Amino acid sequence: MIQTALTDLVYGFGVALEPHNLMWCFIGVLVGNLVGVLPGMGPMATMSILLPLTFGIPPVGAVLMLAGIFYGSQYGGAICSILLNLPCHPPHAVTCLDGFPLTQQGRGGAALGITVISSFVGASWGILEMIFLAPVLVVAALEFGPGEICSLMLLGLLAGSTLARGSPLKGIAMTICGLLIGLVGSDVETGTPRFTFGIPDLLDGVEIVALGLGLFGIAEFMKSVNRLSEVDTRYTNVTLRDLRPTRDEFRRSVPAMLRGTLIGSLCALIPGTGPTIASFISYATEKKISKTPEKFGTGMIEGVACPEASTHSSVQGDFIPTMSLGIPGDAVMALILGALTIHGVMPGPQLISAHPDIFWGLVASFWIGNIILVILNVPMIGLWVKLLTIPYKYLYPSAVFLVAIGVYSSGNSMFSVGEVVLVGIVGFVLLQLGFHPAPMLLGFVLGPRLEENFRRAMLISRGDLWVFLKHPISAVFVGLCVLLIAMQIFVRLRTPKVLPIETALRAER
Amino acid sequence: LGPTYAKKRDYLAGGLVTLLGVGVTFNSLTYSLGTLVHMGPGMFPMILGTALTFVGILILGTAVTGAPSENEHPLLDRQEWFAWACILAGPILFIILGKLFGLVAASFACVFVPALGDRTATLKSSVTLAAGVTLFGVLLFSCLLKMPLPLFQIDF
Repeated sequence: MIQTALTDLVYGFGVALEPHNLMWCFIGVLVGNLVGVLPGMGPMATMSILLPLTFGIPPVGAVLMLAGIFYGSQYGGAICSILLNLPCHPPHAVTCLDGFPLTQQGRGGAALGITVISSFVGASWGILEMIFLAPVLVVAALEFGPGEICSLMLLGLLAGSTLARGSPLKGIAMTICGLLIGLVGSDVETGTPRFTFGIPDLLDGVEIVALGLGLFGIAEFMKSVNRLSEVDTRYTNVTLRDLRPTRDEFRRSVPAMLRGTLIGSLCALIPGTGPTIASFISYATEKKISKTPEKFGTGMIEGVACPEASTHSSVQGDFIPTMSLGIPGDAVMALILGALTIHGVMPGPQLISAHPDIFWGLVASFWIGNIILVILNVPMIGLWVKLLTIPYKYLYPSAVFLVAIGVYSSGNSMFSVGEVVLVGIVGFVLLQLGFHPAPMLLGFVLGPRLEENFRRAMLISRGDLWVFLKHPISAVFVGLCVLLIAMQIFVRLRTPKVLPIETALRAER
Repeated sequence: LGPTYAKKRDYLAGGLVTLLGVGVTFNSLTYSLGTLVHMGPGMFPMILGTALTFVGILILGTAVTGAPSENEHPLLDRQEWFAWACILAGPILFIILGKLFGLVAASFACVFVPALGDRTATLKSSVTLAAGVTLFGVLLFSCLLKMPLPLFQIDF
């Protein structure tokens, strides 16, 4: 097995090192790092803006670039958290707790250095996990019939909506709304237009770019306008020399790094628990097993190394269910799946065998991208830190323009720009009502496939709904769904015990 | 005042979801339902609509029974109507001006108006920003990526 994996990996490096693919990967991580550093900009909006621009290039390059934006932004986000104490990227919110005190003590550079090392260690492990686990999952998944796929999707959607941030009920409501938005347009089997309200432009369905940019672009800008105060740039004078941790700092962070990596890779395997949850759990664990838990929050280097390593290992691990089963764990992965579909690549277990260039090229590009990121972040740290001083008042108007022109270029129609405005308003109202928009995108991407597989399963079983329990694999998935719901009810009935760090972070947001 | 607001917000949220669910369910009845074996286009939306209604009622239920939570910020704690309107006006102006006068006018307005939404923005800073971004946009999208929207046009 190791032999085939290595052969495939060598093939992947061949794909990823082709000059144009290397270029897309480089552009991706560069842009990702950039938006990660800038406070108030997120990878979701960036990926949605750049998605239409990838229509002209081959699918491999497109996926390498979009993935690069995602993991690149994780590197940049840590800089923003440690030096400015701004938890604007959820996975790095916990890093603020110990990263910023370190900055105040003048060790911000060392924290950044440790972050880069931890990130690379975490990411490397995540990639290894992907190389060996994804093909195994595929072998199992190829046996799945429509019934199994259906219950697996149900599990993915349920996990994605209940384990993410916010109220689980509201998450489920958002997922169902997303599924419904996914149904807009002509019905695949009969051609009947559904929920189009007589508008011919809606017959092809809602544009994924318009939905993503409305929810994660316009709605986010409206939420943060005049709210992000002037950034405190007192500590943003970091040079290459400052990055070197002391021997003691390094010695203390290595075990924390490894623990974080492990926790992150485990979290990646549970659908719905992305990097944010991984970083929370790892910080809490690190604090619990530390000999000096009371010192956490005052600038412990372990409190930086552990969550950062787990974030990165879970970011890479997130790709496993997405690429091998076609079930995205969060909104970012949903967007990448959407991009694949637009490029005519069917996501699912057959992806690795049908498009080995995409899968193995992507895996190889992770290594290359992470190395590029280390090179970008270590010698050029001064430049990234300078970027932190760009005020939000110049950023968001430029971003609004990019949103408008990006969505226009996705279909060269002004109608989709109108869609963005409408989705933006709806998304903003939903944010105000305490709904998180991420599960909506998840539902939107899976909606049509869920319906198709449900119809097929019913056709095969002659309308017998018990078919989902009769097949053992499917029954396991359904059982896990029930367990998930039971767990939520249990948590709800018990007195809410919120972790102190969680309350602290919520207050900051 | 805070906690009552949070509760009110959940009432609103639950009500909205329930209403949407009922709406979808009734709308799906206008398509043919078919049977479970041969599902029509209305069956899946009807299932989803029913589920949505159920979830909406559950949200309402938790709003009634649950203790008001403190760590959620209340509904519309700081209203920035002017800034919100400016941001939304950006893409809307992009549509209108893009159709009437072409890319340059559309881009300029799409940056200039949202920029005015910031409290510290001045007319001069907004014009400078808008001009810069327009130049960048024209170079990237029109010259490099060959977007079919003409730079200048008059089309009523």
